[in-house]
Amino acid sequence: MILRLAWRNLWRHSRRSWLTIGAIAFATLLLIFMITLQLGSYDMMINNNLQLFTGHFQVQAPGYLKKPQMRNTLAQPQQLAAQIRAINGVEDIGIRAKGFALIASEQRTYGAEVVGVETANETKLSTIPSLIKTGRFLSDDNAQELIIGEVLARNLKVTVGDELTLLGSGHDGSIAAAVLPIVGIFKSGEPGLDRNLIEMPLKSFQEIFSMHDKAHIIVGIVENLDNLETILTQIRSTLLTDKQVVLDWDTLVPGLMQLIEADFINSWFLYICLVLIVTFSILNTFLMAVLERTREFGVMLALGAKPFLIAKLVILESLLLTLLGLAIGMIIGISIVLYFYIHGFSYPGMEELGAEFGITGKVTPELSLLAISLGPLVILAFTMLASIYPALRIRLLKPVDAMKSV
Amino acid sequence: MQKNPVICRKLSKTFQQGEVKIPALVDVDLEIPKGDFVCLSGPSGSGKTTLLNLISGLDNPTSGEIELDGQRIDQMNQSSLAEIRLYKIGFVFQSYNLIPVLTAQENVEFVMQLQGIDSKVRAKKARHILKEVGLEGLEKRRPGDLSGGQQQRVAIARAIVSKPSLILADEPTANLDSHTAESLMELLQSMNSEHGITLLFSTHDQLVMSYSKRLIKLHDGRIASDEKL
Ligand SMILES: Nc1ncnc2c1ncn2[C@@H]1O[C@H](COP(=O)(O)OP(=O)(O)OP(=O)(O)O)[C@@H](O)[C@H]1O
Ligand SMILES: [Mg+2]
Repeated sequence: MILRLAWRNLWRHSRRSWLTIGAIAFATLLLIFMITLQLGSYDMMINNNLQLFTGHFQVQAPGYLKKPQMRNTLAQPQQLAAQIRAINGVEDIGIRAKGFALIASEQRTYGAEVVGVETANETKLSTIPSLIKTGRFLSDDNAQELIIGEVLARNLKVTVGDELTLLGSGHDGSIAAAVLPIVGIFKSGEPGLDRNLIEMPLKSFQEIFSMHDKAHIIVGIVENLDNLETILTQIRSTLLTDKQVVLDWDTLVPGLMQLIEADFINSWFLYICLVLIVTFSILNTFLMAVLERTREFGVMLALGAKPFLIAKLVILESLLLTLLGLAIGMIIGISIVLYFYIHGFSYPGMEELGAEFGITGKVTPELSLLAISLGPLVILAFTMLASIYPALRIRLLKPVDAMKSV
Repeated sequence: MQKNPVICRKLSKTFQQGEVKIPALVDVDLEIPKGDFVCLSGPSGSGKTTLLNLISGLDNPTSGEIELDGQRIDQMNQSSLAEIRLYKIGFVFQSYNLIPVLTAQENVEFVMQLQGIDSKVRAKKARHILKEVGLEGLEKRRPGDLSGGQQQRVAIARAIVSKPSLILADEPTANLDSHTAESLMELLQSMNSEHGITLLFSTHDQLVMSYSKRLIKLHDGRIASDEKL
């Protein structure tokens, strides 16, 4: 009965009700769309950034992350790499060795980070091999050649075909020196890499730096980032000795998560503003609906209805209105999100930019229960808050006064 | 001993409007026995509405006592008063006293609903009473689709359906033409004589007064005369 009463009261001013429902629906679909897209963008940001070079996780010797010393190596990395590769959910694994060296061209000298990579595995782990601007990627693990970042090449005033002299200290403390030709120049778009990084085949690196078969890093990527924690726990507990640690991407690139969190807080501020605007317009509607019916409530009170019943009626009316708006907003919002989930969403102007850096350029919205229900839940909470005020006013209503107002 | 439905002793109500005190009722003593059919009359501002509001517990007196069925209501809180109104008093107001989104039958059922009466019993009683007030066939209409007289009949049906000990009506015919007013008064009169319902109503209308058994004239908040007709 009270439900029927509430339902019919909604349609007394059907235009006003539809406007309110429309506002709620619009806010709902906007929030669903923005939140799913945002979370999807974060996934893409993380993946693009990590797949450039860092990978999802790395195994290193303890302390190597803080102080990457030549001597601090992983013994028998091949064996460990094979074991990790066998774990369910691990997509690819590669071994790297890393050292610092002075790089001299005919005209200039710079310091740079030289990384020895397994050429076949690196293609799957990192997007750098696909971002070669001129020349080609490293041919095989024994080749005596290197690739170099674009900015570094420009600074050294070298191009493909030129030779570079490397001077560093080897694993055993001896001097490591070599002269190698540049076969490719890459442009990743990440200044740190373009300015500092040189890659060469792992075997050649180990030879030049007298490392035998030791290495510094095992890089891995997983099939699904959501499972990363479980996989790392498994690696930690079954494979590693105290001479090895496994680090996740958040530890390896701490700035990334902070960047995302800052962006997240920013957009929440925006969302709350949006929700507040909607809430106030709804509050206005609710309040009007109550005030214009003061006399009617007076009659109900006079007949013996308790104020609580009328407050319940008013809250129920708001709830119905909100739920209708939410339902419509969610249906439309989810349809839009589904469309972009299938076809991908590209920010205007991002396609060209993305292509240059080997990014697909399309964002897939995140289709999770949380991403979809977060916006509607916030709206529901706020509108329910908005309906409490008019309901409370009813408690102050005295039947005589209420009956007087027409 | 049968208790009187209404007893007022030294009932006063003073309204405060800023600095000014308006004495709307002054020391009113009144007893209404069961089955009485009482008309309150008097010039505008004489305190008719105020008296009805006090007796129904819609407003609190400044001083004095009110008993309904032997129960003191002048010091009761809002929620107990709501209970008293729900079970003991039927209301007919001057106008606009139906719930606009409910049909005639649902309006009649509303009070029974509040009393927690089963829906089948409710519907049966409501249809029966609507037939009695001459509204058979109009049960599904909403107030907006009924004439003023028909609306007042629905209001009367609603007031009597749960057999209250007292029905209060504040100028129930004020918005009706004289013909409709007459037939409405005939209805109230028959409710009084057939069901023994105690009735207290206010009016300005001479014609309407003539239907009552007892006429109380108010003047400046005091009972000026009280005569049996
Ligand atoms: N809420 C109020 N505040 C101040 N004064 C009031 C209030 N209600 C009524 N009064 C005053 O009390 C007096 C009695 O009013 P009441 O409404 O009872 O008269 P009435 O006999 O019903 O008049 P009418 O025939 O016009 O309906 C009037 O002087 C009125 O101005
Ligand atoms: Mg009056």
